[in-house]
Amino acid sequence: MKQIPDRDASHDLAGAVEQACRAERALNIAAGRTKDFLGNRPDVDCQLLDISGHTGILQYDPSELILRARAGTRLAEIEELLADHGQMLPFEPPHFGPAATLGGCVAAGLSGPRRAYTGAVRDFVLGVTIINGNGEILSFGGQVMKNVAGYDVSRLMVGSMGTLAVILDVSLKVLPLPQLEKTRVLECGSENAIETMCALCGSCRPPYPVSATCYYGEQLYVRLSSTENAVQTAIEKIGGEGLEHDQRFWQEVREQRHAFFESSMNFWRLSMPPATPYRLSAGSLIEWGGAQRWLKSDAAVDVRTQIEVGHATLFRRSSDAQDHASSQQIFHPLSAELMQIHRRLKQSFDPHGLFNKGRMFRDL
Amino acid sequence: MNSDQPDFHLSTADRRRFSVALKKLLPIDSIIDDADRLVVYESDALNAHREIPWIVVLPDSISQVQEIMKLCSEYQVPVVARGAGTGLSGGAMPSSDGIVLGLAKFNSILAIDRDNLTARVEPGVTNLAVSDHVRPLGLYYAPDPSSQIACTIGGNIAENAGGVHCLKYGLTVHNVLQLKVVTPSGELITIGSTALDSSGYDLLATMIGSEGMLGVVVEVTVKLLPIPQTAKLVMAAFKSVVEAGDAVSAIISRGIIPAGLEMMDRMATKAVEEFVQVGYPLDAAAVLLCEVDGGVDEVDGHTEILTELLQKQGAYRVRVAQDEQERQELWRGRKSAFSAVGRISPDYLCMDGTIPRHRLGQVLEEISDLAESYRLQVANVFHAGDGNLHPLILYDANKADELRRAMQLGAEILELCVARGGTITGEHGVGIEKIDQMCVQFTDAEIAQFHQLKASFDPQGILNPGKAVPTLSRCREFSHRPVRNGAATS
Repeated sequence: MKQIPDRDASHDLAGAVEQACRAERALNIAAGRTKDFLGNRPDVDCQLLDISGHTGILQYDPSELILRARAGTRLAEIEELLADHGQMLPFEPPHFGPAATLGGCVAAGLSGPRRAYTGAVRDFVLGVTIINGNGEILSFGGQVMKNVAGYDVSRLMVGSMGTLAVILDVSLKVLPLPQLEKTRVLECGSENAIETMCALCGSCRPPYPVSATCYYGEQLYVRLSSTENAVQTAIEKIGGEGLEHDQRFWQEVREQRHAFFESSMNFWRLSMPPATPYRLSAGSLIEWGGAQRWLKSDAAVDVRTQIEVGHATLFRRSSDAQDHASSQQIFHPLSAELMQIHRRLKQSFDPHGLFNKGRMFRDL
Repeated sequence: MNSDQPDFHLSTADRRRFSVALKKLLPIDSIIDDADRLVVYESDALNAHREIPWIVVLPDSISQVQEIMKLCSEYQVPVVARGAGTGLSGGAMPSSDGIVLGLAKFNSILAIDRDNLTARVEPGVTNLAVSDHVRPLGLYYAPDPSSQIACTIGGNIAENAGGVHCLKYGLTVHNVLQLKVVTPSGELITIGSTALDSSGYDLLATMIGSEGMLGVVVEVTVKLLPIPQTAKLVMAAFKSVVEAGDAVSAIISRGIIPAGLEMMDRMATKAVEEFVQVGYPLDAAAVLLCEVDGGVDEVDGHTEILTELLQKQGAYRVRVAQDEQERQELWRGRKSAFSAVGRISPDYLCMDGTIPRHRLGQVLEEISDLAESYRLQVANVFHAGDGNLHPLILYDANKADELRRAMQLGAEILELCVARGGTITGEHGVGIEKIDQMCVQFTDAEIAQFHQLKASFDPQGILNPGKAVPTLSRCREFSHRPVRNGAATS
């Protein structure tokens, strides 16, 4: 196994934040640059704060199910280390490139195929060390499963797109790898897709050990994860065809390298209650038992006007959508009251407005 | 930022004006202001800390809660929200200048969504009532704190309650999707969503476990899970707590996540057997209860592995409950453990530190040494799988000095948990009880950040003032405290 470099850059990074504070210079926090496409573009005159040199595993004891690593550590290296001990990151995060880091994963808050069945990034974050906008190094949460001392700052960092603080290290709960994983492919008309997906993990008796679902092109892909016996029993009950190279299939869906994503249109991510009726015509791919739906659309279309529940993110913009960028918000707009709390929270962590200004919402 | 507490003292005239305005908002029987009935609200289940509130209000609608908050905001009157008052850290202890906002009348289950597996409930609904209500549908609500018969969902949110099954199914934060919250200024906001995530910051996680400091929860949407097909319970008896602690780590290392993994020490099992006779071995230094659930095939496989593993780890007796009745019986012992300890001691304090699992044996021995130096007895019954300890410190409030010694021992146990890489509270909250120990766990800059976070939600600081996060001046006083030695000074 490749050695993960042990490099502590926390004090340099805190120094850089202090300096930016004095120079009144905004910072763009980045490491692997794999998720630059997500969110609003940084201001042209902001300075890069590169986290990729801050790496290393700070703690990993497989019997504790806890891993603590520096934010610049590559996700792939962490996953390799865990796999060597029969464990995994339970939220199966997308990487979007080999340089993806733990810090970026937590800041973007994106989870993969297992999310609806095992949990999201935020469900497994136990603690963080951060640099706030005053250049102070602060630690919250910890390396234990249960901890209610103080507010849950750790989870607040998840999905904050680097707008609140610089993440230095993260403690995560990890889980054992399932003994066996098998994928079944079921033919399924679009009118029954949602119902079938929901039934597989909710109302069926007994519930099946489902760990991922994907609906695309009249086919429902179901991944089963458990002990060998339990997977075999479930296969006999739900039927369908086996899928060769199923690991590659789920990886392609997760990394958006699946054929569905080969397009220059706008890609929207819709997050909705799983059983919400399927009313989206062609050009969609459904995951998470119905709770996450990907939609391709023309640049001029605002998908938000078509949904009644949940929220929509303009996940990837087509090249001609850049012109529309000023009119369309990337993340779903918030109510005035929630936006006010967001502004105050931003102010409380980053009083000088240094971090990733506008990356999430323009005035944040 | 000034993190010291605001002054909530109202002039007599303002107090009168506030009372008159309040009586216009609520029917007279929803307001309690006579000494006899106010006493009921003087503490939560941690009755070592008490204070008589100025007024108690019992609204029955969201708009009433909004109006009350607007009024309290205008007059800067402290507000302590309260569910069933089963909290163990004094989080619902009233403020003598303020009101208690009792949410007992918010006790309806509003809707069950069978397709999306969610329940929309009011905050005053008890934890168990949710599971009871959806059981006929084959569903349940996973968090199951020991007080689940009485404690409310609103209180569970304030404390991020856990329970016996959270090792596998998570805490409240993992099982709640959406909240409707009245802000201190009286606005009604929705946090989270009925989808799996929502736009913006994760305010849902910030609200859960915030001990009533950030907003008043008036409606909750929880996640429901299908009841597992089957469950099996394995009981293992050990000659030493260290062996039992090591067995806990060995189970997790083996790749099995039990639904519940509980430990009781000798004093706890003895108290339980005297009370309910469920068949715990009395000669054991520690008893482990380990439950696995899921499909029949999976459960059978795991039970076999567990039995073998526990024997290998030194258990001198391993018993698999043969039927549902025996399983329920063995759990009944664990569930009645706190009451059982209550029978052998006039009073007890329940601690709640969490430590890394591999330190279990060591810390239990250290707690036992500390107890001896304070000349007090400690019974241990706790969530071993999470490393969440619940040392019960036995004392008699009528004996001179015992309460003081018990509280000092409790403080030392919490500081020991921090020193061993853990935290002062796993699931009961800081409240008023552990507020000084927050100064041990966090730096001044971290505490200042907490205060600023609170101010983002509650700029006037009227929600539950003085709880959960100490002022920096309180921490300075605490760090200059004289060296304590309970054993020597008593």
